[in-house]
Amino acid sequence: MNWIVQYLWLIPALPLVAAGIIAVSKQPHRKLAASLAIGSMGLGFVLSLMAFLATLGHHGEHGQFREVYNFNWLQFGGQWLQLGWVLDPLTAVMLMMVTFVGSLIFIFSIGYMAHDQNFTRFFCFLSLFAAGMLGVVIANSLLLLFISWELVGLTSYLLIGFWYHKPSAAAAAKKAFITTRIGDMGLLLGMVWLYAQSGTLLFYDGGKGCLENDALVRMVAQTAATGMAVTTAIGLLIFLGAVGKSGQLPLHVWLPDAMEGPTPVSALIHAATMVAAGVFLVARVFPLMEVTLDSLAGNADGLPSTALQVVTWVGALTAFFAATIAVAQNDIKRILAYSTVSQLGYMMMGLGVGGVAIGMFHLITHAFFKALLFLGSASVIHGCHEHQDIRFMGGLKKFMPVTFLTYAIGMLALAGFPLFFSGFWSKDEILHAAHGWSVSHWPFYLGCAGALLTAFYMTRQVALVFFGSYRGGHSHSSHRSGSDLKSADTSAHSKEPHESPAVMTVPLIVLAACAVLLGFLGTPWWPAFQGYLGQHHGSAGGVVPLMVGSTLIVFAGLGLGWWLYAKRQRKTADEPDVLEVVRPDIFALLRNKYFFDEAYEKTVIALHAWFARACDFLDRWVWGGAVMLVSAITVGLSWLYRATDEFVVNLGFDAGCKGIRQGGDGLSKLHTGRVQNYLRVIGVALVVLILFLVWGRKA
Amino acid sequence: MNGFPWLTVLTLVPLIGGVLVVGMGGQKQLARKLTLGLSLLSLGIALLIWKNFDAASGDLQFSERLDWVKSLGIQYHLGIDGLGLLMLLLTAIVTPLSLMAFWHNHDRSHIFGALVLWLQAGLFGTFTALNFFHWFIFWELGLIPAFFLVKFWGGPNRGPAATQFFVYTMVGSIGLLLAFLALRLATGSFDFIELAAMAKRGEISVKLGDALGWKSLSYSTLALLVFGLAFLGFAVKVPVIPFHTWLPVAYSEAPSPVTMLLTGVMSKMGVYGFLRILLPIFPEQVRLVLTPLLWLAVLTIVLSACAAFAQRDLKRMLAYSSINHLGYCLLAMFAAAGAATMVNQPELQKAAALNGVLLQMFNHGLTASVLFLFVTLLEKRSGGLRGLDDFGGIRKVVPVFTGLMGISLFSSLGLPGLNGFVGEFLVFKGAFPLAPWTTAVATIGLLVTAVFLLTLIQRVFCGPLNEKWAKLPDLTASELWLVIPSTVLMFVVGIYPQLVLGVIDATVVKLVQQLNF
Repeated sequence: MNWIVQYLWLIPALPLVAAGIIAVSKQPHRKLAASLAIGSMGLGFVLSLMAFLATLGHHGEHGQFREVYNFNWLQFGGQWLQLGWVLDPLTAVMLMMVTFVGSLIFIFSIGYMAHDQNFTRFFCFLSLFAAGMLGVVIANSLLLLFISWELVGLTSYLLIGFWYHKPSAAAAAKKAFITTRIGDMGLLLGMVWLYAQSGTLLFYDGGKGCLENDALVRMVAQTAATGMAVTTAIGLLIFLGAVGKSGQLPLHVWLPDAMEGPTPVSALIHAATMVAAGVFLVARVFPLMEVTLDSLAGNADGLPSTALQVVTWVGALTAFFAATIAVAQNDIKRILAYSTVSQLGYMMMGLGVGGVAIGMFHLITHAFFKALLFLGSASVIHGCHEHQDIRFMGGLKKFMPVTFLTYAIGMLALAGFPLFFSGFWSKDEILHAAHGWSVSHWPFYLGCAGALLTAFYMTRQVALVFFGSYRGGHSHSSHRSGSDLKSADTSAHSKEPHESPAVMTVPLIVLAACAVLLGFLGTPWWPAFQGYLGQHHGSAGGVVPLMVGSTLIVFAGLGLGWWLYAKRQRKTADEPDVLEVVRPDIFALLRNKYFFDEAYEKTVIALHAWFARACDFLDRWVWGGAVMLVSAITVGLSWLYRATDEFVVNLGFDAGCKGIRQGGDGLSKLHTGRVQNYLRVIGVALVVLILFLVWGRKA
Repeated sequence: MNGFPWLTVLTLVPLIGGVLVVGMGGQKQLARKLTLGLSLLSLGIALLIWKNFDAASGDLQFSERLDWVKSLGIQYHLGIDGLGLLMLLLTAIVTPLSLMAFWHNHDRSHIFGALVLWLQAGLFGTFTALNFFHWFIFWELGLIPAFFLVKFWGGPNRGPAATQFFVYTMVGSIGLLLAFLALRLATGSFDFIELAAMAKRGEISVKLGDALGWKSLSYSTLALLVFGLAFLGFAVKVPVIPFHTWLPVAYSEAPSPVTMLLTGVMSKMGVYGFLRILLPIFPEQVRLVLTPLLWLAVLTIVLSACAAFAQRDLKRMLAYSSINHLGYCLLAMFAAAGAATMVNQPELQKAAALNGVLLQMFNHGLTASVLFLFVTLLEKRSGGLRGLDDFGGIRKVVPVFTGLMGISLFSSLGLPGLNGFVGEFLVFKGAFPLAPWTTAVATIGLLVTAVFLLTLIQRVFCGPLNEKWAKLPDLTASELWLVIPSTVLMFVVGIYPQLVLGVIDATVVKLVQQLNF
């Protein structure tokens, strides 16, 4: 076994240890905290790179490098439950991405969080997050994955609620945890079901793992209660966990609210890595998701499995609907948040229609350019003195040139600007695969519409933020932006925006470079990435026309956005949006996110609150009432007994006593105390006795 | 170790210690120290027993058997297996914690100490006895000190609460007593092990029918009736909804150190009774009514979680949460008692479920008592206030308190890495294949638990600081020493659960064999 496989656990353990040290060190020590966190991540990146190199050279039996290390964790019924980690291309790619992007974001945070008094706690949580996320990535057991997955959820909760004194942040944190936990319950059930069916939770275990052929063959033949294959049912339950974590419809509501956390957190957790964990999960259990009786029989023309069809539809719908919402938002981070939801939809769709490599390629490119965009927005927010509303920005390109340039690169990558940006290649692959999907063409159309919208809303955002003239200084404080963080300087309101320090701009430049270069690893003519992940690209036929088509769509979106928002800039912050003037009704619907939150508030949450009250009522008055009734009856009976005692038994007893007392009184008269009387009685009695003895016997 | 009556000694230490302490009204400081010392001595003995316990064997160990009243089948019969040992350890851990939580209260502290020691003796006796006669004495002996502890040191409604607690449990005990008298009459034995052996051979219901037969009453109905009486006794103790209404009242009115004992250990007596007595002696009857029992467990899980969400008093909320956690034990036990004919590897699933039950008992005992300890500390600072809406934003002034209580809350919520998760995972892992639908519905309980615990964190610790508490002191050094060992134990069990599972697995395997007939 390769030594790096044996020591793969170090990669998540390093940040975990860093988090532990930061947590227990008594005096908050800023430099120590930051250097521990960044050092552990940097070292993790070096190790990941070695792991990656190890996967390049050798090939396993199925043409793909895969080595595992399993160990015993606990025992029940005489059997060991094993956990373990795995090194394969999927792991290696994710490891490199998470440690690399993570390191950059950690470095960026030094600048961004410089003035926060809980600086060390922030780095503690970030390191803990990194440990959890890297655990998810290396896990070779669904249970270990779930454990890390929940740890990630916890840190997400802690970091969203980092500024816990703000009620909105505390509420958003709770919402995020609970919404994702709904999905996690599905994942838990899927996990225990899988365990029961396959007898193991190890993914790969030398032929005995639950993702390996033997187990799959066994499971696909069985049917669950509703007639679907057991693999489908398990796959869908696991997918539910991914839906929660990756913010897919209908559990996407937490992700935009999660923007309450510090912006580097949004970049790392709620854009680049954690939310992608759902996509990664589906990619990891892909053999389970894709298996059908047809595919096992070697019949490649059969329909895709039900589970994958569901994944595709959910992804496509999410991609489209989230993009529409993003069009009408004004908070710079919320636009990016909905964009993230939408892009995660693309990844899911990519997995559904094209397989692991296509979905993962978009995951990786997206991680870089979306981290770039979020960090860019953090730089903007930092420069604009904690303002987030794009209506109050404008003209920032002359104040913040580096931020502007890097942001523009990120935006073009996200929009899918042809040839030079990574987003183009990865999105195009998904659309290409969707075009060839045998079930329906609708995901393809939804994907194209989403691409148009993406180009449009990103142009709108960039136009409003960086072009025109700065509107923030002239606005009046009566119209404060949605959420000003750190409740800091309102006096800085009128100050001019400024460029961020180098500790923040350098990571931006590095990410921007990646956002451009990564695309060339996965072009249809040189699919290095796809090949590495073990997927041999189908024919490149039909690629070029499709590419031209998608280019036209992107240009249409860019042009429309430019025409509506940059050509004629808004003069003041209070002006209504151009689209709002045209169709106020639809715009309001989009701005209010299709009223998802309100609908949940009115249905699920209200129902739960009602049911809780009903349970309490049941407890206090129905069950409690029954107990009270029994006790009242008992007490009543006791009173009855008491009455009987006092008025029947006691009275009779008293009457009896009275008789006895009277008798005693009478008798006591005999006790005169005079000896003569006694002797008289004795004498008479003696005489009577003698008389009786003499004559009585004979008679 | 052989021959020395360790278990008797373990029970006698607090029993006699209580007598000593109660007479020391003049020297309360000394009495207090002596009480703590005695409880630590018990902990030491319990640890010694653990050290000498053969975990590889599921048999009863440290057995003691003496004839007592031969003509009535009464023997003094003691012994522990993994289950008993786990309960002894839990009792020995929670008792000193409770005493230390009461440390700064000077109200008749010597009597308090004596009552706690007697309660501990009752618990030790219950968890070691294998003959109904003295088991029942200890079972009731545990109740009496608890009654006085609630009655003397409780909140404003302590009188009714204590009475309700006592009478409720007493009703259950009467059912239990009647059931065992019937068994004694039919089989001539009070011994749990003998009775279980008869049950495995299927003799119990026949003997019951022969001895107590009624004209029109079929044998199975009669056995079911006896089972129902015994069930009542344990169901009240656990509690199973709808026999639970005493619990929120008792837990919230009892002083928090006593609540720690009530929830930490006394609530386990019910589950212990199910495992040691009810399931082995009435396996057929359990299977007859398995489906209703399973749904009763789900009802317990879901209703208590939802009711917890509706509470505005922290102690009441945690009390319902306690019911909820024991509900998972019920679910897994009943699932494991089923016939499981259509399941892959039924023995393995049952072993997982029952391991989960035992682990969950231990975890809940630990976590719940620490949570009530935190409420005690909070009450001490706030002058008795403990409403959900009385605080707000106090994380700013008491960060260490928040962090440590947060860990316990997340342990209660079942976060992986902490103790609660492993037990719940095993419960679900085992119960799902055995009873898929009920287990699936039971996940609602897990979800709602997250909702109300996070609501607690949000309302009490987050948001803007309530200025009233701007001067709230954080944990002192001595308080830290009180909570840190338990917190560390939560991590240890969460990361290395084999520490506990290693002790109980052999017992569980044996129990699974017992339940298969």
